[in-house]
Amino acid sequence: MSDTVINVENLSKKYVLGKNGSSNGLKHVIHDVATAPLRWLRNSASGAQKPEINGRKAAETFWALKDVSFEIKRGEVVGIIGRNGAGKSTLLKILSRITEQTQGRVEITGRVASLLEVGTGFHPELSGRENIFLNGAILGMGRQEIKKKFDEIVAFAEVEQFLDTPVKRYSSGMYVRLAFAVAAHLEPEILIVDEVLAVGDAQFQNKCLGKMQEVGKSGRTVLFVSHNIEAVLKLCTRGILLAKGNVFAMGEASKVTSIYFEDQISSAGKVDLHAKPRTLPGNGTVQLVGALPLTSQKVWSYPFGRPLALLLHLEARKAIGMIELGIGLFSARGFEVASWSSTCAGSLLSLKTGLNTVHINFNDLKLLPGRYYLGLGVRSERGFEDYIPEAVWFEVVVSDESAKANAHTMMGTFVPNVEAKVVV
Amino acid sequence: MEIEQKLILEPGRSAKNYWRDLFHYRELFLILAWRDVIVRYKQTTAGAAWALIQPLMSIVIMTLIFGMLAGLPSEHGAPYAIMVCAATLPWQFFANALSLSSQSVVANAGLISKIYFPRMIVPASSMVVSLVDFMVACFILAGLMVWYHFWPTWRVLVLPALVILAIAAALGPGLILTALTVRYRDFRMIIPFIVQFGLYVCPVAYSSNYLHEKLVTKLGSVVGDRLFLLYSLNPMVGVIDGFRWAILGGATQAGTGAAQDKMEAFYWPGFGLSIGLAAMLLVTGIYYFRKTERAFADVI
Repeated sequence: MSDTVINVENLSKKYVLGKNGSSNGLKHVIHDVATAPLRWLRNSASGAQKPEINGRKAAETFWALKDVSFEIKRGEVVGIIGRNGAGKSTLLKILSRITEQTQGRVEITGRVASLLEVGTGFHPELSGRENIFLNGAILGMGRQEIKKKFDEIVAFAEVEQFLDTPVKRYSSGMYVRLAFAVAAHLEPEILIVDEVLAVGDAQFQNKCLGKMQEVGKSGRTVLFVSHNIEAVLKLCTRGILLAKGNVFAMGEASKVTSIYFEDQISSAGKVDLHAKPRTLPGNGTVQLVGALPLTSQKVWSYPFGRPLALLLHLEARKAIGMIELGIGLFSARGFEVASWSSTCAGSLLSLKTGLNTVHINFNDLKLLPGRYYLGLGVRSERGFEDYIPEAVWFEVVVSDESAKANAHTMMGTFVPNVEAKVVV
Repeated sequence: MEIEQKLILEPGRSAKNYWRDLFHYRELFLILAWRDVIVRYKQTTAGAAWALIQPLMSIVIMTLIFGMLAGLPSEHGAPYAIMVCAATLPWQFFANALSLSSQSVVANAGLISKIYFPRMIVPASSMVVSLVDFMVACFILAGLMVWYHFWPTWRVLVLPALVILAIAAALGPGLILTALTVRYRDFRMIIPFIVQFGLYVCPVAYSSNYLHEKLVTKLGSVVGDRLFLLYSLNPMVGVIDGFRWAILGGATQAGTGAAQDKMEAFYWPGFGLSIGLAAMLLVTGIYYFRKTERAFADVI
């Protein structure tokens, strides 16, 4: 009995890009099948090497994973991190047998349960009770096992009263709680989890984190993929950092997460605004041309609690007074968090001919960790001179201060500057 | 854990323990089938009565048009309605199974892309739904038999075997169409057409013996017989003829002459051909489904 429970060797996965992810449409398939004998004749006559199917180019391919190898030992709680598109989900899908790799080999010892989404297979028409059995079976629990844990699951989800109500009538909170409760009572030897903590309210998220920690401590092996670096730090002993389908770093969780931050930092810098799409282009008298973050590393990644400052470059064809600069701050989902215009500060800007640099600082704005973007606009007396709805993206990342402020439990997008003192 | 379960994933390897895996997931199969049955008539007022109403209406219409209006002869001296009913039951099963199973994988896309299990469970569980509908619809047959005082003979004991044949006949094309629908949604449009067309191609509203007789009298016995043999390639022809033989046959009624005897004869070559083709489709279906199911999560 070896101690390695998951052994991954040179794992690669290729996707073919194209419509619907399939390389050929039905029409083409029928055509290809029908003309196959003809092509075969032609090719064998001319001795062609690679038949190009009727002039259509071979479809573009994309390696989601390339030569990934690692080992996971029994009882380890491993966090898999990386940017979007780094191959995390593909890796989990291969490990949980949903899709098949193109090359490489995986050896898994022990019963695996994967949790790529909470509430997989929940049926809206069925009652809570029925869905517990259905979802349990889908996640790999036997009937007897579910029966044994039924009361525990119901208690954890806090839905006793609504057990016989169809889940389509549940509030979204109840739905998620029930879904997680079933999943949390799985007892596999290896648990594969993807982003499930991104659900429910803060209190429930903490409960989930607690449950996950419990699972980790009971000696089971856990693979945990998350964007929530704090959760990874809290739960995991080891980390694997994926970048562009490769293992970029592997080792102690705290080390790997710090490499992740550094890696993010080196990938940004000055943004060229020339190429950004505009909705209200003026006649070019004044144009937004560039933006530069004012952080220690000159990157669009602000640690929570540090000032949000940046430089904007504007080009004016001629000297112009009375310019109004507008900034919209949006969350990653496109919700407008706040907007500001230079008139709010009571001052209009005047620009000289050529390049102008404007220093911008959001005083006292504590945005919660996450991704945001800015919309930028310039207006003169004549109307809009330039407007870029999605000009620069930036990220607020966790820091020692966010840990102190318990930022991961906060709802909304920012922490307001509130004073509270006992007065009576 | 006494035995360490070792799982090796390699490209193309998943095929190795396929049947063992399928057996391992039998509980999931049962629960998915149960879900599909429960959900089918949720939030409908008539509920499971729909499984009665649909076939009943088509039996009534076909009896009126083909039996009374067109005056086509029945088989085995049975009332026309019972003859139509004996064919409508397996036909509706086949049609339901085909359309439900072909949609099943796409309808469960969420499951397919999030959880591993042998994908064949999904179309198979929609077979169960159609089978339950079929069993409910059997009450129509019982009702008609009571109404016409038409009693079956020992031959009904063969019915379970014929039901299995019907399942096999539906599963083969069902699997092929399911796998095709995952990749090409065109089949969503094609299947209702196949079902509608099939109702006339299969001897549901008329007797296949009558068709045989017509072919022979119109085209001569050589061409007619050959054409009919070709017609029998359709697996559902064999299934339907089998059902009629089991339900209607044997109850010899007074006044059967030589002509009637010919109508009674069971057409063995056709039946054998039907079984052969059903088996071939089943094997092809399983093969094709298994070949494509690995990529379901990627293309769905």
